Amino acid sequence: MAGGLTYTAVDSTALSTAEVYGKTLVELGEQHPEIVALTADLGKSTKIGTFGERFPERFFNVGIAEQNMVGMAAGMAKAGLVPFLSSFSQFASWRVADQLHTDICYQNVNAKIIATHGGTSFGQAGSTHHAIVDFALVRSLPNITLICPADGYETANAVRVAYETPGPFYIRINRGFDRVVYENEDYGFALGKAVEMRPGTDITVIACGSCVFQAISAADFLKNADGLSVRVLNIHTLKPIDKEAIQKAITDTRRIIVAEDHSVIGGLGAAVAEVIAEYGKGCAFKRLGVQDSFAPIGLHEDIMSILGIDSNGIAEAVRAAMKMDFELDDDWDDEV
Amino acid sequence: MALTKQEWLALEDKAYQMRRLLLDTCHWAGSGHIGGGNSVMDMLVILYHRYLNIKVEDPAWADRDRFILSKGHAGIAYAPVLVDKGFNDPEQLKTFNLTNSKMGIHLDSNKVVGVDASTGSLGHGLSIALGTGLAARVQGKNYKTYCIMGDGELDEGSNWEAAMAMAHFKVTNVISFVDRNHNMIDGNTEEIMALEPLADKWTAFGFEVKVIDGNNISQLADAIDFALANTGDKPVMIIADTVKGEGIDFIEGDYRWHYGAMAEENYEKSKESLARHYEARKARAEKEGK
Ligand SMILES: Cc1ncc(C[n+]2csc(CCOP(=O)(O)OP(=O)(O)O)c2C)c(N)n1
Repeated sequence: MAGGLTYTAVDSTALSTAEVYGKTLVELGEQHPEIVALTADLGKSTKIGTFGERFPERFFNVGIAEQNMVGMAAGMAKAGLVPFLSSFSQFASWRVADQLHTDICYQNVNAKIIATHGGTSFGQAGSTHHAIVDFALVRSLPNITLICPADGYETANAVRVAYETPGPFYIRINRGFDRVVYENEDYGFALGKAVEMRPGTDITVIACGSCVFQAISAADFLKNADGLSVRVLNIHTLKPIDKEAIQKAITDTRRIIVAEDHSVIGGLGAAVAEVIAEYGKGCAFKRLGVQDSFAPIGLHEDIMSILGIDSNGIAEAVRAAMKMDFELDDDWDDEV
Repeated sequence: MALTKQEWLALEDKAYQMRRLLLDTCHWAGSGHIGGGNSVMDMLVILYHRYLNIKVEDPAWADRDRFILSKGHAGIAYAPVLVDKGFNDPEQLKTFNLTNSKMGIHLDSNKVVGVDASTGSLGHGLSIALGTGLAARVQGKNYKTYCIMGDGELDEGSNWEAAMAMAHFKVTNVISFVDRNHNMIDGNTEEIMALEPLADKWTAFGFEVKVIDGNNISQLADAIDFALANTGDKPVMIIADTVKGEGIDFIEGDYRWHYGAMAEENYEKSKESLARHYEARKARAEKEGK
């Protein structure tokens, strides 16, 4: 790992993603006394409480007061501590939007927000607890790094990188268990670098978070069923985004689908669209996600299916995109 | 007008039925906010069966009393009450929390008939209640607004912004409650973030405060009657001291039952406990009622 630090490997198949986070944070805490942890009555639910059990004097449960928590973290970071904060994603983003903007990002402090229950993963709680526009907020804020890991292994990597990299971080993970996409942590996680989960030449599916597993399943299915060569890119770091990987996908495959557990406005799909637009090359393109609405109530996997961001929905979108027309510019070959 | 013994007994019966329906809903859904649902149930029952001026056949009636359940996670207690009143199809309780259901953990005012505000993000309700209260004043209407908050919820600063404004604007047509069940998710309120002296805080913010046993129907009636008779210019805050999980003995007062699973064995145990609880409640009403 970066920084010459040693870590014990976690078993992401036996633990929920948040449990992996809690364990990783305790491990970091053992090595770095400047790490402190804050939560707003969600110690148990977000698993940041694991840190509190191990280091009670470095743990602050502020009650149900997220704005205060974020302001406190800014003060602690200014004084040299490294605060990790956890709440549900909706409350760790929009509920504290101004504190995030002014206390964390504007002052560029070294605070790390680990937001759980992201996307529609707390599906039964309904729209007050669905975080489907958090990327849009966080991505628009200067100075902050935004990561949405695909599974527990990637979460462990992201949490460590957040510690090792100065500046504000927002890492969005899910409630409960995630489908595992890696065999272990050693797949070469690098901040801001997409991971190619499947090679492919016909079309690229770009995904983050829980959609990565779904995109891989769709690619494997389409390879067998349609003989399609589907590239799958896991863009775990939404900001700063891996422009080169996207540009390469445009050039190599000329068809791109983005799948995310988020609104199509302001999230990963929007970020990819911006790169495509500025690159200036014709590319068939489709954003999958929440289509400018609030999501239904239900189990996470059901909602993903309704939204069309599960493997079936992605496969269907790939098939449709293979039929899409786009304008090839005359100089396409020169520019490659 | 003071509650008669007959009225008290009828409300106890209703509260028992509603606690049973809450339990069934929890059982159908597999899990639910059973702790905070049972602590607040007596408030919901007395409001919906004695005080709220509403029309089931015209849920959007402009002159209706408003009710805002600021602690929105108690939807599993609120939904049975609304269904029982006739606002929604009883079958909906059987699909509570299921995919594409109209009813999830936090009730959505655009999906569940009779709900005045979509809550669930804590610390919003009192401001909304203040808004409907001021709207009544501006429009010259007589309706009241009732608002129930959780005690842990009071940690949110937004409540205190609303409190300051409610006293400042002398909004006395809003009657507010704190469901003081002493517990939040991570533990006891005084251990996680101390609220006491809570009555003094509300008094200092300009409220007329009543501290009562919030699981006592008769005391609730007296407190609400007091608030309705209020001719002063201070808003009334009823601090309803309650038991989290009231009626289900093995979860009472245990913060770990904020949200719990209701599998078969616990379900049977809970039914028996609720039946015993009802008998004790009836005996109290018989003895103390007039
Ligand atoms: C803004 C916000 N932060 C956090 C939560 C998560 N949450 C749901 S219920 C709850 C505890 C509520 O405690 P309390 O108000 O005392 O309710 P009760 O004990 O009556 O159930 C928390 C922290 C939330 N719903 N909204």
